[in-house]
Amino acid sequence: MASIPATVTAPASARPAADSEARLAQALLLAACAFLVAFLLAPLLLILIKSVQDKGGAFVGLAQFREYLQSPALIDSAINTVLVALAVTLITVPLAFAFAYALTRSAMPWKGLFRLIALTPILAPSMLAAISFIQWFGNQGALKGLMFGHSVYGPIGIIISAVYAIFPHALMIVLTALLLADGRLYEAATSLRTSTLRKFFTITLPAARYGLVSAAMVVFSYTVSDFGIPKVIGGNFHVLAIDIYQQVIGQQNFNRGAVVGLVLLLPVVLAFVVDWRMQGQQHAHFSSRAVPYVPKRAPAFDTAMFAYCTVVCIMMLAVLGMAVYTSFIKLWPYDLSFSLRHYVFGLIDGGVIESYFNSLKLGFLTALFGTLLIFGTAYLIEKTRGMGGVRALMRLLAAIPMAVPGMVLGLGYIFFFNAPANPLHFLYGTMTILVLSTIIHYYTSSHLTAVTALKSLDNEFEAVSASLKVPFYKTFARVTVPVCLPAILDIARYLFINSMVTLSAVIFLYSPDTKLASVAIVNLDEAGEIGPAAAMATLIVATSTLVCLAYALLTRVLLRRTQAWRG
Amino acid sequence: MSEAGLAGHNASPEAAYLELASVVKRFGVFTALAGVSLAVERGSLVTFLGPSGCGKTTLLRIIAGLETQDEGRLVQAGRDISRLPANKRDYGIVFQSYALFPNLTIFDNVAYGLVNRRAERDRIKARVAELLKLVGLPDAGAKYPGQLSGGQQQRIALARALATSPGLLLLDEPLSALDALERVRLRGEIRALQRRLGVTTIMVTHDQEEALSMADRVVVMNAGRIEQAGTPQEIYRQPASAFVADFVGKVNVISAIAEGVGHFRVGALVLDCGAEQQRVESGTKVKLYLRPEDVVIDGAAEGNVNATRGEVQKVEFLGAFCMLTMKLADAPEQPLVVNVSRHSLDEMRIAEGTSLRVGLPPDCLRLLN
Repeated sequence: MASIPATVTAPASARPAADSEARLAQALLLAACAFLVAFLLAPLLLILIKSVQDKGGAFVGLAQFREYLQSPALIDSAINTVLVALAVTLITVPLAFAFAYALTRSAMPWKGLFRLIALTPILAPSMLAAISFIQWFGNQGALKGLMFGHSVYGPIGIIISAVYAIFPHALMIVLTALLLADGRLYEAATSLRTSTLRKFFTITLPAARYGLVSAAMVVFSYTVSDFGIPKVIGGNFHVLAIDIYQQVIGQQNFNRGAVVGLVLLLPVVLAFVVDWRMQGQQHAHFSSRAVPYVPKRAPAFDTAMFAYCTVVCIMMLAVLGMAVYTSFIKLWPYDLSFSLRHYVFGLIDGGVIESYFNSLKLGFLTALFGTLLIFGTAYLIEKTRGMGGVRALMRLLAAIPMAVPGMVLGLGYIFFFNAPANPLHFLYGTMTILVLSTIIHYYTSSHLTAVTALKSLDNEFEAVSASLKVPFYKTFARVTVPVCLPAILDIARYLFINSMVTLSAVIFLYSPDTKLASVAIVNLDEAGEIGPAAAMATLIVATSTLVCLAYALLTRVLLRRTQAWRG
Repeated sequence: MSEAGLAGHNASPEAAYLELASVVKRFGVFTALAGVSLAVERGSLVTFLGPSGCGKTTLLRIIAGLETQDEGRLVQAGRDISRLPANKRDYGIVFQSYALFPNLTIFDNVAYGLVNRRAERDRIKARVAELLKLVGLPDAGAKYPGQLSGGQQQRIALARALATSPGLLLLDEPLSALDALERVRLRGEIRALQRRLGVTTIMVTHDQEEALSMADRVVVMNAGRIEQAGTPQEIYRQPASAFVADFVGKVNVISAIAEGVGHFRVGALVLDCGAEQQRVESGTKVKLYLRPEDVVIDGAAEGNVNATRGEVQKVEFLGAFCMLTMKLADAPEQPLVVNVSRHSLDEMRIAEGTSLRVGLPPDCLRLLN
């Protein structure tokens, strides 16, 4: 020991030393928990409370619900909502499965391009699809004849628009499930002379079934919760999201709005629970030593898959293209000459462009603070110690936003933050509340990304740091953040893109000063200004595309510098 | 003079460096540690050996302050550390997973604890170089952990743990992620390094060979208790319990019935067990333990009080020696496993079906509870 100078001389003390570090971590954890309680749990609880009160705030028990059940129009909306969501689910999931199957199990060319095109709807607000389908199949639509006399305004329009908007989400889930396939199972089946069809039903489908259920639940929830599509293309066909809007904004009947909100919450929570339970069973089925499946050439099959993907991608481009096209022509369908008037007169001169800048601001603020908050909280939950009860509660809270439709969240925010007695009342009508509600709205996915990244880190980093007397926040900055950088950037991009298109939660929360691009689209469409509405949607798509490109560039440069160790 | 000064410095030189007194740890209804008391001598290497779930890792984590015991006291170098958080204790730790920071160079990894103490730049450099040399990787400084083999990474983890000259080194299954050859090599290196530095070391392992070959003292644990603590020789030769005999090394378990003073009946065979084990009342069912390598055969069994004949039923070739499974003529229900060297096997032409004289040495037969 002589050659090694002893630098450690901890003071001897008989009494337990105060652990300021652990206290700091626990204080931060409690602060994060308080945040989730204030901005998620409290607003949701208030909806429950308001649903059993009358306008004056007196307790009326289930009277509101009884009234609701006696109102045939509202019951019809509920039925409409579920039927439309079921239809969208039954169409989208098989389409997405076939697409993902082509991407993973065929040897067709252009897979990267197909995947890229199929994911483009993520960049657009859902209203874009509705606007585009109006242009294609509406009263003056280019392909109106294909409707055979039916109107696109109503269930048909809602269904096709929703299928377009939700397709990439379903595709990503099913794709992940199919990518998990174990090549060794197929090899074993081949060695047992199993037919291709039998392999599909005994290996592919069982392995993908959790992904399929998960995709179905996501599609269903999305369709039930979406407000933009039925608002633009729903016509007189009522769904629950429209009902809440009308109760709250139109009739200022907040308590009735709360009741409708709870009715809307029901199917989404149901879907969430089904998915949650299925995921719980999944883990045992995959071994970490699976060998990836490599598709072999099969000309007939590959050609068929190629044709299918080509058709799907052309249709997707046609939807996006029509919206962009609409924004650049004078007046559909009478004057098709190129013009920037929708941008110049419709957006800039009208001052509507302010809402675009507000959306940009929302996007950047949400990406910045949301990423900090969500990753930081996930770190505190996963990597610090003590207070097991708080941790369990926070894990639960982090999972809830996935099961809460944006409109329900927004309504809860009205109840909670518009109450004069609430010390947080000053937030009402500010950009801050839009940022906070958007962070909460997209919390779950971001949280899961963060947790996955954190779980891939060695569990003992914190223990090693403690033994070396390095405070946890130093290790967080020097090791955890650099190693998790890809996931952190991913979260930031996800939050930005969703902030640009979000509508359902913020529709109740914006003020004249903080109006957002997505809200402007709805207003423009309401006023019959479909050209400027398309122009705004196009601006959003262009912005998100730029951000994605910047993200790709940034990650490449940053990762080369900070992730040198990965090589 | 100087010796007197040294003794004065350490209040009581005989006192153990680390003392655990009745440490209890529960996880819900599960009791991970049921009152563990132990003293670790300064400068010694102690291994905690036991099956998974026996509480050995929990005990190590309690010593490190990574878990908090429900009851009991811990005293390290005369200081009560029972309630100290991990970052206030004096130890370095090495984990099975190495836990090297992947985005930092080897230099930065080893310097991690030094930088925080605001040591001078040159001193840090010199210190890291010294440590890298110590673990036999003097040129690894600029590399990243991912560029090193598992064994090299574990050496770096060791260097990092030793960088701050801790009074106690904790090793949590440091070798179990390595391949067999590397494991044996690193085993020797760690032991040599530990002796050279004289740092008090505790190592957790489930590998008995590792525990026996490296330790000054082995602590065998089972179900949250210490079954036996002793030198490797004591643990192997005089196991204190049936669990220890069974867990450390191979052992024949012979069911027998006590019959008079120091005698036990197995089938038609009566075994003499020497003088020390006479307490058992006649007629009591007991179990006798005998190491396979303690059984003597053929000429060596001549004159053995417990000699009998047996037939070889199975021969398993295990490289350095062979393992025979024998059926005793006097006790056919009681199979006996015997280890013989490859040479004896050849010399005596032992094969399946060979009949042999076997002797069960009385001083090697142990009666355990």
